[in-house]
Amino acid sequence: MLKLIKIKSLILIFSVFFVLSNEAYSAGSEAYDLIKPGFSFEGPTGTYDRAQLRRGYQVYREVCASCHSMKQLAFRNLNQKGGPEYTEEDAKLFASEYTVIDGFDDYGDPVERTRILSDRFPNPYDSKEAAKASNNGAYPPDLSLITKARSGGYNYIYSLLQGYGKEIPEGIEISDTLSYNPWFPGNGIAMYQPLYEESVEYEDGTFASIEQMSADVTAFLAWSAEPEMEERKRLGFIVMSFLIIFVLLMFFTTTRLWKDVH
Amino acid sequence: MDTDYKYEPKNGLTRWLDSRLPLMRFTSEHVLQFPTPKNLNYFWTFGFILTMCLVTQIITGIILAMHYAPSTLLAFDSVEHIMRNVNYGWLIRYIHSNGASMFFLAVFIHMFRGLYYGSYKEPREVIWILGCIIYLLMIVTAFMGYVLPWGQMSFWGATVIINLVGTLPLIGESLTQMLLGGFAVDNPTLNRFFSLHYLLPFIIFGVVLLHIWALHVPGNNNPVGLSVQGKQDTVAFHPYYTVKDFFAYTVFLLLFCYFIFYNPNALGHADNYIEADAMVTPAHIVPEWYLLPFYAILRAVPDKLAGVLLMFGAIAVLFFLPWLDTAKVRSGRYRPIFRYFYVLFVIDCLILGYLGAQVPEGIYLFLSRVTTIYYFAFFLLVLPILGRIEKMKPMPIGISNSELSRDMVAAE
Repeated sequence: MLKLIKIKSLILIFSVFFVLSNEAYSAGSEAYDLIKPGFSFEGPTGTYDRAQLRRGYQVYREVCASCHSMKQLAFRNLNQKGGPEYTEEDAKLFASEYTVIDGFDDYGDPVERTRILSDRFPNPYDSKEAAKASNNGAYPPDLSLITKARSGGYNYIYSLLQGYGKEIPEGIEISDTLSYNPWFPGNGIAMYQPLYEESVEYEDGTFASIEQMSADVTAFLAWSAEPEMEERKRLGFIVMSFLIIFVLLMFFTTTRLWKDVH
Repeated sequence: MDTDYKYEPKNGLTRWLDSRLPLMRFTSEHVLQFPTPKNLNYFWTFGFILTMCLVTQIITGIILAMHYAPSTLLAFDSVEHIMRNVNYGWLIRYIHSNGASMFFLAVFIHMFRGLYYGSYKEPREVIWILGCIIYLLMIVTAFMGYVLPWGQMSFWGATVIINLVGTLPLIGESLTQMLLGGFAVDNPTLNRFFSLHYLLPFIIFGVVLLHIWALHVPGNNNPVGLSVQGKQDTVAFHPYYTVKDFFAYTVFLLLFCYFIFYNPNALGHADNYIEADAMVTPAHIVPEWYLLPFYAILRAVPDKLAGVLLMFGAIAVLFFLPWLDTAKVRSGRYRPIFRYFYVLFVIDCLILGYLGAQVPEGIYLFLSRVTTIYYFAFFLLVLPILGRIEKMKPMPIGISNSELSRDMVAAE
């Protein structure tokens, strides 16, 4: 049985590899432009929408987290400035839903305790191999940095999540274990359609359409990849303002100084 | 260079110090009062800008090294630790990563300036050669630095480049193993790259000092290309050029800060935010933008060894530039035909950079061959021949005297 799974996953890895490498040399197969809905965090003064980040976290927690880890995130991040900004109590509550093995007791047995703020998000799988075994041989990537790690960024993630259920165009063949997705390189993605209408029931009463959930979880992932973004833009504004004034002063100083040199 | 500027110690302490360690005299003669041609344009400010770039990279690099872990198991996560948990770690890392790009941007402008105004010509050959050494060291340092975050492009970039070294006859194999510390890019590679990435900037710093020392013997070239004939042609470095250079630097900082604060990953590759995985090859392996022209040259020829030799040759040819260019007139201003070839060369380099990011097939491959041929032809054919046959435009008599002279020798 195990051997069979191994062989199956090997075949799958090779087929994914084949599809991927095929894609690399058939530029122009991306028939679809990315959907760009316009996020609140775009532009030089854009900030994250707290309510959206919270809805996005709910989508991650209830849907994505069953396969995808986010190993760079700790529960304390949920409470920090520039993020979803949950209260400390809420963040603690989220953490306490998961357990972690934390060292060994006096008898050498592993000690299991509930997670606290300083703990990272749990990984759904014990190992990469286990993750592959449960996913037809495809490894669900860690999502901590995903919007920075894909060309097209968050718009790519947003488009990808909505790229399911489309009719396969003629001339494209997708193996049975893969789903057709026009935005995925090679068009055959190992991830099955993750979001359906009302996959989650939003706590704030927002209607959970696929578009809505895609946007929300994308915003959450964008924050996770760049948790420093708001602070960065805030500091950037101060630095640029200072610099512009300084540049002008330096300009006047230079012209004044050089006025008499001919 | 003869100069009327002299340092006089003002009090007992400075007189005492001056006869023991003439530090104040040195500063006065080589920084404050150093006679500098008064007609330098803003392309001459990049020397100062580059010094600031180097200092910025060293300072931010030292701080990054305090938090970075050079181990294949920890490197990627330690960079994310810097980005997320270290106070202003994201700022320091973004300064360092974008700083590398800005450093190269500045060095390209600096080099193209030297090329146009003939700053490599007699008596400044050694300045130019030292500059080429700095540029070579910068490339090596930047390449090694790019490996450290241990992303997919780090790993595969290192694999590709080190494989190239392996194609060299005789030394190839042993050199490859020495770089790798094993048989593939792995922990020993990362360790030695980290060590060398920390060491090389200080060597660059040393060569920069030699570069400036060599500059201070004949003094600056200038847009007219004529030698300084007397006091009327120069101003003191301070305050004239300290202020002007600093003004240019603040403008440069505007662009630098735009990238740091508003588009910090624009110059990088998305794949480098995926942790290195020896089992998954990225669809396109591309180096950082500043190495793309050389990458295009490498892939322009079907033979691997020939490609490698051409790529190294593209840098090596720069070292011989002072003797390849046979024109006695320094400044491109007075070389009507050279100017066209020069502009074409700049465009050629830009196209090579664009082609370096494309898959070398069809029209791209054809174009990269044409541009590679022109790159070498510019140095090996155009410059040696043009200097002998080109009719120069009339030149001014001196830096301060705009009266024109058809007699080039008299002007010199």
